[in-house]
Amino acid sequence: MHKLLPASIALAMAAPFAAQAEIANDLSALRQEIEAVRSAYEARLQALEQRLKAAEAKVTDPAPAVASTPPPSALVAKGPATAAGPNAFNPAMSLILSGLYTRTSQDPAGFAITGFQLPTDAEAGPGSRGFGLAESELGFAASIDPWLRGAANIALHPDDTVSVEDAYIQTTALGHGLQLKAGRFLSGVGYLNAQHAHTWDFVDNPLAYQALLGTQYGDDGVQMTWLAPTDQFVELGAELGRGRSYPGGDNSRNGAGMVALTAHTGGDFGDSHSWRAGVSVLNARATDQTLSGTNAAGVSVNNAFSGTTRVSVLDAIWKWAPNGNATRTSFKLQGEYLRSTRTGNLTYDLDQTNLTDAYRSVQSGWYLQGIYQFMPGWRLGLRTEALDAGSPDFGANTSLLAVGNYRPRKHALMLDFNASEFSRVRLQIAQDRSRQGLTDHQVFLQYQMSLGAHGAHSY
Amino acid sequence: MTHGKKIILLLAAPLALLGSAAHAALHVFACEPEWGALAQELGGPLVEVAVATSALQDPHQIQAKPSLIARARNADLVVCTGAELEIGWLPVLLQQSGNAKVQAGQPGNFAAADFVRKLDVPGQLDRSQGDVHAAGNPHIQTDPRNIAQVATALGARLQKVDPAHASEYAQRTANFSQRWQQAVNRWTAQAAPLKGVPVVSQHKAFVYLYDWLGLKEVAVLEPKPGVEPTASHLQSVMAALKGTPARMVLYAAYQDARASEWLSKNAGVPAVKVAFTVGGTEGAKDLFGLFDDTVARLLAAGAKP
Repeated sequence: MHKLLPASIALAMAAPFAAQAEIANDLSALRQEIEAVRSAYEARLQALEQRLKAAEAKVTDPAPAVASTPPPSALVAKGPATAAGPNAFNPAMSLILSGLYTRTSQDPAGFAITGFQLPTDAEAGPGSRGFGLAESELGFAASIDPWLRGAANIALHPDDTVSVEDAYIQTTALGHGLQLKAGRFLSGVGYLNAQHAHTWDFVDNPLAYQALLGTQYGDDGVQMTWLAPTDQFVELGAELGRGRSYPGGDNSRNGAGMVALTAHTGGDFGDSHSWRAGVSVLNARATDQTLSGTNAAGVSVNNAFSGTTRVSVLDAIWKWAPNGNATRTSFKLQGEYLRSTRTGNLTYDLDQTNLTDAYRSVQSGWYLQGIYQFMPGWRLGLRTEALDAGSPDFGANTSLLAVGNYRPRKHALMLDFNASEFSRVRLQIAQDRSRQGLTDHQVFLQYQMSLGAHGAHSY
Repeated sequence: MTHGKKIILLLAAPLALLGSAAHAALHVFACEPEWGALAQELGGPLVEVAVATSALQDPHQIQAKPSLIARARNADLVVCTGAELEIGWLPVLLQQSGNAKVQAGQPGNFAAADFVRKLDVPGQLDRSQGDVHAAGNPHIQTDPRNIAQVATALGARLQKVDPAHASEYAQRTANFSQRWQQAVNRWTAQAAPLKGVPVVSQHKAFVYLYDWLGLKEVAVLEPKPGVEPTASHLQSVMAALKGTPARMVLYAAYQDARASEWLSKNAGVPAVKVAFTVGGTEGAKDLFGLFDDTVARLLAAGAKP
């Protein structure tokens, strides 16, 4: 049509000075010109249509991967924006950013769960008060070759230290439902243990995990899982590890310091309900593991444990969403029971008394939590939990160490808002009675953000 | 027969059944109902199809639940949309399945979006734009011409993963493609009055449908893809509609109808529930029903009087 414009401008300028006849001539010339433009456009349109048809016919001969139809219109862009060159095979990278404000009515310094001896560097309790950076996590994952994939998560701690949360390789091509993992990974025992902190529904892990599995049990070793060829989900797993963290303790051994067996099953009830339940056993060995305990006089002492620990876990989770569509409302109920048996020797008061004798304890704990999403983005959760320290047999040390029948308890209520699946802001209030005689009222305000590639979450 | 032998036989019987069942049919695991229906059309009695999601579920937000992992474990062929639609759940599902046949890059892994031209490919990738898909809009099944292209490719894939029945798949695919082409011609003719009709969408889920029928999207109720409609954004849509009135507002069966109904009430335009996939509405019983029903609903609401 742009040809028309100069013509009409010329016409407009000429009009006042030209005679009627000339105008008529110009008009017919213009008409001819418009006709010519129109037929030219029609011809081009037809040519385009033919090219499109030819291209569509070509698609009938299916070529994989790349769409074969050439872009017929401006609507189509030039394929996804992928990096070219040596960077094209970079692993998928993700960064979790998290910050926390903590307010507690009791001083968290020297936090200890009454009746439970934990390693001196155990991650238990509410952490430090006031503003703080929570754990930032840097994740990498990619296929290594057609048979393997690899992933690593590096945790950056608020005290400027760095730790390797997991770093493993995993087979993708064994088939027959088999999978082998090697490296550092979170153990598959229970339900919560294998979940990364940024997927937890509460700010902290349950007391039972803090007291019996060192918050989350990760190890260096190998893991084999097998999925049964049935419509019912049945997954069996076996793990061997060095036993590098509590309840294990670094062992200078050629053999395995940790052996775990897991069995999980699950399925659906109709479209709206799904569930998973399991039983797991973890055996870990510790040598001269320094534990922080309390003596009969109520004074904190360092003891050492050598022996084996068996932790058994029962876990169950049930999820509901109307017609399986969790966009608007959903509910999830989850509970676990952990029981730990430690057998071996305990050395009382390493620094002074230094007395060693046989030791056996059976301790347990459980939690039950429900999370209700009442509208898109908003979730409300309630968790209740308890621990049982049991009556440990300290042998000759019985009179020296504190034995009570105190049962730690804790209740937590949380509300979180997820503006998108990549951001979460959470408020949690808790009443923590894990220390005998102290009731700690805790308030947490937390944000958790996910940047970059965000891998799919497991159930 | 000794007792020992009897016991062994008793134990072996279910295993033998399992084995024979596994060989009887090709196990197809379809992520969405439309691909399940298509695999059934092309495979007929040769395939056994398990569909991971229903038309009432948001295909972006599915969990890798145990029942799905178990079904992916036993699949010979996984048929999904691709284009990152299932990125939040399919990778972990395939990983946990321990099934080498259906991993990405294997013949047993079929992504429909690889075989059609994609619209809405973002020029800029940033999450400030909402839940954008780098590979383009993944809701390709709303244009029946895309179904035709996917059918051809899926037919070829079935022949590849189950070569023993290649000729049957080829025949069924040719038969389907012919019937489908006739149906597409019919729908296109029926829907001719919809050309140029201005519409509002709740989610950017219908670009392929609009591209096919020439409908004009004048507004979207979600402020950004995947972000719930807010009151202020709905008000701004209302204001925009005063200048460019729309004939109807479309929402998919799996979506919460409230935002569309609010607009329908306040702007006086009909809200149209689109099946979006097989099973989304009463009429969308199979792939043919899906488009019969979609075209009928659009015509009822938006054709010029």
